[in-house]
Amino acid sequence: MIDVHRQAFKEEAYELLSELESSLLELEERPDDSDLIGRVFRAMHTIKGSGSMFGFDDIAHFTHEVETIFDMVRNGKLEVTKTLVNLTLSARDQIKSMLDNSDGGGGADLAESGRIIAGLRALASIEAPVAARVEAKAKSAATEARITYRVRFQPNPDIFSCGSNPLNLLAELRDLGPCNVVAQTAALPALEDMDPELCYILWDVVLTTDQGLNAIRDVFIFVEDDCVLSIDMIAEYDEASGQENHQKLGEIMRDRGDISAEEMAAVLAKQRRFGELAVANGLVTEDKVESALVEQRHVQAVRQEKQNADAGNSIRVPAERLDVLVNLVGELVTVQARLSQTAAGRADAELVAIAEEVERLTGELRDSALNIRMLPIGSTFSKFKRLVRDLSGELGKEIEMTTDGAETELDKTVIERLNDPLVHLIRNSIDHGVELPETRVAAGKPRFGTVHLSAVHSGDSVLITIKDDGAGLDKEAIRAKAVERGLISASAELPEKELFALIFAPGFSTAKKVSSVSGRGVGMDVVKRAIDQLRGTIELASVYGEGTRIMVRIPLTLAIIESLLVRIGGDFYMLPLSMVDECVELTREDVARAHGRNLANVRDHLVPYIPLRERFLIPGVVPDIEQIVITQVNGVRVGFVVDQVIGEHQTVIKSLGRAYKNAEGISGATILGDGSVALILDVPQLVQSVEAEAA
Amino acid sequence: MAKIIMTADDSASVRQMVSFTLKQGGYEVVEAVDGKDALQKLAGRKVDMLITDLNMPNLDGIGLIKGARALPSCKFIPIIMLTTESTDTKKQEGKSAGATGWIVKPFKPEQLMAVVKKVLG
Repeated sequence: MIDVHRQAFKEEAYELLSELESSLLELEERPDDSDLIGRVFRAMHTIKGSGSMFGFDDIAHFTHEVETIFDMVRNGKLEVTKTLVNLTLSARDQIKSMLDNSDGGGGADLAESGRIIAGLRALASIEAPVAARVEAKAKSAATEARITYRVRFQPNPDIFSCGSNPLNLLAELRDLGPCNVVAQTAALPALEDMDPELCYILWDVVLTTDQGLNAIRDVFIFVEDDCVLSIDMIAEYDEASGQENHQKLGEIMRDRGDISAEEMAAVLAKQRRFGELAVANGLVTEDKVESALVEQRHVQAVRQEKQNADAGNSIRVPAERLDVLVNLVGELVTVQARLSQTAAGRADAELVAIAEEVERLTGELRDSALNIRMLPIGSTFSKFKRLVRDLSGELGKEIEMTTDGAETELDKTVIERLNDPLVHLIRNSIDHGVELPETRVAAGKPRFGTVHLSAVHSGDSVLITIKDDGAGLDKEAIRAKAVERGLISASAELPEKELFALIFAPGFSTAKKVSSVSGRGVGMDVVKRAIDQLRGTIELASVYGEGTRIMVRIPLTLAIIESLLVRIGGDFYMLPLSMVDECVELTREDVARAHGRNLANVRDHLVPYIPLRERFLIPGVVPDIEQIVITQVNGVRVGFVVDQVIGEHQTVIKSLGRAYKNAEGISGATILGDGSVALILDVPQLVQSVEAEAA
Repeated sequence: MAKIIMTADDSASVRQMVSFTLKQGGYEVVEAVDGKDALQKLAGRKVDMLITDLNMPNLDGIGLIKGARALPSCKFIPIIMLTTESTDTKKQEGKSAGATGWIVKPFKPEQLMAVVKKVLG
């Protein structure tokens, strides 16, 4: 790839640098040797030239300064002194270190570059160049306001002979902004007189661009001498008065020199449409009128667009109105599902077609309604930066916070409710995770600890990661604590994931001392509950001594989820699809084989299951073959036994109301296509309560 | 079909860089080591564009441009010259020999691609 060239350049440059070093040392002994001076100059020149060619801009800039000095030496304007040689030698070392650091390293010391350049300039007694300032000015000019230009491009007839294609130039103009092109073919001779290798056409272009005049001139840079080119500004929107001086057709033609002011006045006196009259009077050709008309329309269109843009940039709307909208969309999705179901039940092609159309539109409406509520998570991130700064100061730690994915969007409500748990997690990382500077240095780590916060979209959820390079989790301490609290038996062998998950148990803390920040054992269980309520999951990974990573997965929105619809007896239930791993069958024989334990053998792994029929006390006959929906929550697989798995379903979540607030294992309800109600299962809570009963 | 561009340059590293950049951009590349070599190769096949250095042994860039323009197949193709100086004399000489445009060395791959796009469309 491009690295091959960079590598080739680097090798060449290292060679040149070592040659430069020996030349400089020789030069110190023979300061008048013009051959040596030439060698030094050429080495610098090549490094500069090739450097900028292969993307080593810093090296090119720096070397340019040194080259300038040696150009003066070469021209006898400056003498070779010991100071000059010393400075040039350190400049050579600096270039080398820039090269060494060019592969993603920390970069060379800019202060050192500045010092060397200042030293060299002092020697040559030249002022700091104004080039930098001029460049900055040119840059600011590049982001000009949108201005409309009239460009008349009349190539010389022999333009083709130097390989230029006018159409390419026009295409390039189009890239600059809204553009209208009219070809003027008046000069085209009769066929028998025409030389096909010559160009007889001229083009009138009306272009609105924010790139400035130079960008337009650049388009024609190669043909400047082969054409007649005129570029005039025609309309400038006056912000102060809101007025735009857009011209009448006659004025446009007068400005273009197609018609004189007297002719215009004479025609105008007759008070008919100017364009028709001008043609009728033989003053201009139809081409010219057409071109001027195009310009007029273009300017009007640009103006219209501008007004629209000014009015429609953004509006502020109270959040409640959005809630109402999302609610309505939810209702609509429900009705649409009914429509689709009804349509599917009848053999009416027309109805099916309508139902499909409604389905598509509802889907789009739902997406855009939910999109309105999306906010970038970045604002929360910047709050955390402050938190890290203040807390680490308080605790005497040196911690830097880095973030990633601040532009990731999440539902407004979700972002608000995510704030507290994230604060908790970051506090934990700072307090328990990152060690004191002395401890870190002793362990061979950099003094500065890092807490990295990142957010990234993954499917229909957002993954938020908090990573620190601190002490990591002490598995043995967690185990000891868990045994002490009676959470696990002393002989239990737990996989790492489950062991770490114990941290989220209520009242669990391994911190030896309680600080103002954390350690009282409230925290992680609260965090877990908050994340559960957002229907998210939280997971820990850690390497002792190297750091901890906490991954929080949150669904994009709270209002509508993808879920799996199941049936038990006559009742319908939903499981959030994001938690479902797979579905397997459960036969009577399987149940008999398990000897009364609720364990299923799935590809040689035992998966515990919860028979929902028993749990919810649903009467009726159990079918011969039941289904187990296997879910994965926080790394633990648990199955739910149901009568039948129906399929995926777009679920609009309705809260159950206050009366059912404490209903265990149910997080909400939804209305199905046929109007019946399905309950949404709260999978983590169900698992928890079954575990609690078993213990 | 990919357009074919010839690069004529006596410096292998520049040729490698130009050729690599153009191939990345989806063009087919024919390399020539000097003006003479280039003219011989041009006589044998049709190319859509020519990028040539000015200082080359055997036959220099100006000579190559003049020679190429005399070939019917190259009469209207874009020809870009690589010059080290941004002074107008060389550019003017090249232009009157029939060059379409120029690139001042040193240049970056993006600049090369921009010019190719500009003249080749």
